[in-house]
Amino acid sequence: MRRIFLICAGLCVAGFPMLAQDLRVPASVTAGDDATISTTGSGKATFYLLGPGVSRKSDVKLGEEIHLQGQELRNAGDYLALVCSDPCHSGTFYVVAAKPAKLTFLVHPSRVPVGRSDALSGVAFPFDQFHNLDLTPVTVNFQLTVGNKALFTRPVRTQNGVAWFRTASGKSAGVVQVTASVDDLTARRAVQQVASEPCNLRITGQRIPIGILVQTEPVHDCAGNVVPDGTIVTFSATEASGKSTVDAPVKQGVARAQITAKGETVISVASGVVMGNELRVGAKQ
Amino acid sequence: MKFTLPIILVVGTAVLMVLALLGAGQPRGTVGIAAGPAVYTPKASTPEQAVKNLLTDVQRRNWDRAFAAVSKSSATDKQSFIQDWTGSNGSLRSFSALEGFDSRPLHITDNDAQRRVRLHWTTPVGPIEDVRDLHLVHEGDVWRALWPKVQIPNVPAQVIPVTYLRWDLVTGGANDEWGAKNVDSPHVRITSMNAVDSPEGAVVMGEVVNEDTVPAFVNVNATLLDGAGSAIDDESSFDKIDHILLPKQVTPYRIDFPNISLKNVKSVRMDEKATLVPASADPVIGVMNQKIEADMQGKSVLHGDLLNQSGQTVNISHVIVSFYDNNAKVVWVADGYVDRALLPQSSEPFAVEIPRSVASKVQNFHVVVDHYSLGRS
Repeated sequence: MRRIFLICAGLCVAGFPMLAQDLRVPASVTAGDDATISTTGSGKATFYLLGPGVSRKSDVKLGEEIHLQGQELRNAGDYLALVCSDPCHSGTFYVVAAKPAKLTFLVHPSRVPVGRSDALSGVAFPFDQFHNLDLTPVTVNFQLTVGNKALFTRPVRTQNGVAWFRTASGKSAGVVQVTASVDDLTARRAVQQVASEPCNLRITGQRIPIGILVQTEPVHDCAGNVVPDGTIVTFSATEASGKSTVDAPVKQGVARAQITAKGETVISVASGVVMGNELRVGAKQ
Repeated sequence: MKFTLPIILVVGTAVLMVLALLGAGQPRGTVGIAAGPAVYTPKASTPEQAVKNLLTDVQRRNWDRAFAAVSKSSATDKQSFIQDWTGSNGSLRSFSALEGFDSRPLHITDNDAQRRVRLHWTTPVGPIEDVRDLHLVHEGDVWRALWPKVQIPNVPAQVIPVTYLRWDLVTGGANDEWGAKNVDSPHVRITSMNAVDSPEGAVVMGEVVNEDTVPAFVNVNATLLDGAGSAIDDESSFDKIDHILLPKQVTPYRIDFPNISLKNVKSVRMDEKATLVPASADPVIGVMNQKIEADMQGKSVLHGDLLNQSGQTVNISHVIVSFYDNNAKVVWVADGYVDRALLPQSSEPFAVEIPRSVASKVQNFHVVVDHYSLGRS
């Protein structure tokens, strides 16, 4: 019983100065803005500010306002303010990101075959001038354009600081500009739309003094896009004496190969996993 | 008495030295099969000794004496003979050394003989074995080799316009904005996979295609898993693949797991890795006159000729072949190096051996050629 009495007496003695001084912190502060913390009471005290990437200690007078400069409040997050004058009093406040000043924009993939559904995606993150992710919902306008023609426009509201889209690739090979904009902020990326698998691969051939010259017709995908130069086309020539193959790259839309075959020859063509027509060439006269 | 032990030791040492001297140059082996290196005997009184002398001098690069062991009636000259052994134009042979040899008789009369020589080469791409049939003639009281003239392509002076595509790679710097200059890795896909047991261990093989529009550096890895899902072993395709794949190009791959049997394997986890690399569509190498035939030892061998259709010398060519059964399933992947350089617009023969266990199943095949040119990556 005596012990409980002593504990209660101690708490009362300790609590008396708390009534004499107090600390009022702002409910919310915008990153980079100045702020003030008001105190009550009298006498000298030590002020501590602890936050993301900042810690400060200074002497203050109780009863006066403590000025926090915007420089100290650049990083968004929870801050702890402490005033110590036997005992210490504390308050917490939150610094929110300022208005978006920069848009980080990721687009995937950098190359995409034409005519693929849900093949293209982009994600945008608005950041303020102090590189804080802006968690306040804002509307991001996504746009895909080819030349001056807009293929796709979609406004998306950010959730937890992120906005994204997903869409199909177009039908024409070429560079697609992808933009994300918030008010006057714009980020641009380029996506290369490339021809899909070759379609209707066809070859023609003729005898030449050193064998057979065989070439493809212009190699297109099924949407009519010319496959990129350098695409490998494999020619296989089979005759009675054996087989010959040449991996030839497409040059200006056409792949060509010389095959040293003398007898009656059957020539087939393939590019990747796509097969083309067969060609029969008679024996050398 | 006190001299007995030293005397026994001295006598014993002397006996062992004499035995060692008598034993040198006479390696154990099958009767009639000679193996190198051997003790040089100035007078080659037998075909076997003539071959030994010749190949020992070749090993030591003692060209004067080696060429002296060649019959004057040979259709070659000393320079061509040396070039035959040392290679030229930065070919694989020019980076190789004759490590050893063995020979066996094929035929002998009083005047001529034929011996099959197996040459063991050390090369930058690993040990390579070469088999040659040597024809020897009895000239006076010595045997000499009849050396055929090596046909080295004579490329005429010419201008070959090359307009093939080349891909260069520009990468972003550390100061670039995040996500502003991302270039995706190429898309490659394993189109077939087959796992078989071989006498050396388990083998995983198949084909992989570059589905993208940019060149890719490709590597295929496989992990063997047991019934509990634990990894037994993991290996990569190493040099049994054409690593640089141009757009839509297909390459075979083979992954060897030495001393592992498939009966302990429940599943195989495959993993293909592709990296964007600079590359060139030149040179184009045609693979002509491909045919499976039995060689002089009765083994099934795929023969053919590599034809360099470009204007640059290809120093080292690597042939990789996928063999298919009648269901178009890859039943084996084999490879081989061509030890001579491929000069512009000229051809060189190649041969790739097919194991006896799969030779009867092979219905079709696909050959790809990987190449290396000095001064180009």
